[in-house]
Amino acid sequence: MNPSFSVNPISDLDQLLQYPFMVHALAAGTIVAVIAALVGWFVVLRRESFVCHTLSVMSFPGASGAALAGLPLASGYFVFAVGGALAIAFGSRIGGKRSATAESAVVGTVGAVALALGFLFLSLYGGILESVETLLFGSFVGITAAQVRTLLVVALLAGGVLAFVGRPLFYASVDERSARADGVPVQALSVVFLVLLGLAVAAIAQIVGVLLTFALLVAPAATAQLVTTRLRLSLALAVTLSVLETWAALTLAYFTNAALGFCLTTISLVLFAAARVARERRG
Amino acid sequence: MRDSSAPCGERVQDERLVAALPAGPSMSAVVELRDAAVAHGAATVWAGVDVELRAGEFVGILGPNGAGKSTFLEVLLGLKELREGTASVLGAAPGERREAIGYLPQRRSFDQSVRVRGRDLVALGLDGTRWGTPMPGLFRARRSALRARVDEVIAAVGAGAYANRPIGECSGGEQQRLLIAQALARSPQLLLLDEPLDGLDLPSQASVSALVQRLCRRDGITVALVAHDVNPLLSYLDRVIYFAGGRAVAGTPTEVITTQTLSALYGAGVEVLRRSDGRLVVVGQPDTPAHHDHAHG
Repeated sequence: MNPSFSVNPISDLDQLLQYPFMVHALAAGTIVAVIAALVGWFVVLRRESFVCHTLSVMSFPGASGAALAGLPLASGYFVFAVGGALAIAFGSRIGGKRSATAESAVVGTVGAVALALGFLFLSLYGGILESVETLLFGSFVGITAAQVRTLLVVALLAGGVLAFVGRPLFYASVDERSARADGVPVQALSVVFLVLLGLAVAAIAQIVGVLLTFALLVAPAATAQLVTTRLRLSLALAVTLSVLETWAALTLAYFTNAALGFCLTTISLVLFAAARVARERRG
Repeated sequence: MRDSSAPCGERVQDERLVAALPAGPSMSAVVELRDAAVAHGAATVWAGVDVELRAGEFVGILGPNGAGKSTFLEVLLGLKELREGTASVLGAAPGERREAIGYLPQRRSFDQSVRVRGRDLVALGLDGTRWGTPMPGLFRARRSALRARVDEVIAAVGAGAYANRPIGECSGGEQQRLLIAQALARSPQLLLLDEPLDGLDLPSQASVSALVQRLCRRDGITVALVAHDVNPLLSYLDRVIYFAGGRAVAGTPTEVITTQTLSALYGAGVEVLRRSDGRLVVVGQPDTPAHHDHAHG
């Protein structure tokens, strides 16, 4: 039976949940949406979107490298994303301090090397790697229960660390000089945060694809920060938006056969644009 | 030993310039530097510095760019080690009484896109270094105590009207008041302000100076304020410490900012002129020395 959207939400929900793959997709999507919003909230504050993009590109050599080595693809995603995060963290230090100039050069270089490596692994592998398209733009079919469990563990780990370092990280992100003078380990926190970002990006890329992590990582958090400046409220709003956007995108993709990445990006960008326009109007 | 009565034109090469006021340890000294020297790498920033800050006084830290004014604050915070000499801050080694010091780093400004409320930045002065995230509902007493303290310091700097606005949308003077509130949050005994007047318009410079003096008088906080222009501060300061030519001299503004004292300090002829409006102008100061202060880099 082909799914068909109706005005009856109960029947829609029944259809949505009738296949295990869709239940897995919803579970994985929810887990990823929550951690993406939390990590992304700090990304927006720290203005590290460029790093985000590069770390998601790391998933390409990650997946193709894992295929080449005969390992589960997910392990490649995590190893490469965390490796890339560490390379950026340590590569962009000059004399023990983070340098914005060095960081932007290192981030660009790491991204280029990642793409080249991914292509190399792919050609060495020779076989057909799922499909490059899925890798780049995401797919929600074929998510296994084991994958959901892995995502949950990673998200709990990253979320726990983030909760622990949250306040000093916020201090270091908005007011680095004061934080440093107050004894906040600013350098160490920026390394920890990049690793968390690597983990989050690797998790997101498995669902929405390498090229579209931005939609989940940055857009909901940026939208929330435009809507409110109250800290707790904007964090909660980022998570809510992220989860609702993911559910809406999965539903849309399920009933229309449009690519998940496309649905998610469209929904999140429309909301972001609306928040921007509303902000401008209010002056 | 040389004081501010040194005759004009006399060169002071190897001798130390000592505070013009009575020397020797004083019971009320909050900060005391003896024969202190600091260096950035091989370059000496200043040496042979003997200065103190006494309880409850408002001291201006003056001097040309690169003279080591910010470095002086970094020494007091324990962020920069002395190469020679001794320093005591609030009766302990620098850095040990950090919780009793409020510090405002050199000019930070927040651009329009920073969507964080002033009040949240002020609160960071109180709990920004604490690990862990309190669960909503728990620690209610602590959170309301925190909120009360934040309200109190915001009121103390007169920032109530804009503390709930995003800091990026506040004016320079408003941002500076909020940052002073942040530095005050932990009820410090010693307040170190690095160029808080930099980049402010003249009315804001005057009102921030008056605010700092009021805090100093009302709460008995010892304040060291770094500035490159003494004029907006002149009527509020108790004493000044003037850094130049790798040394420092301390005293009241009228003692220190004179042709004689500054010429001796710079080791070159400089002239202090008083304009008809009462403003002091230092003419003929040598350019920034070869060694640079990082904070000014």
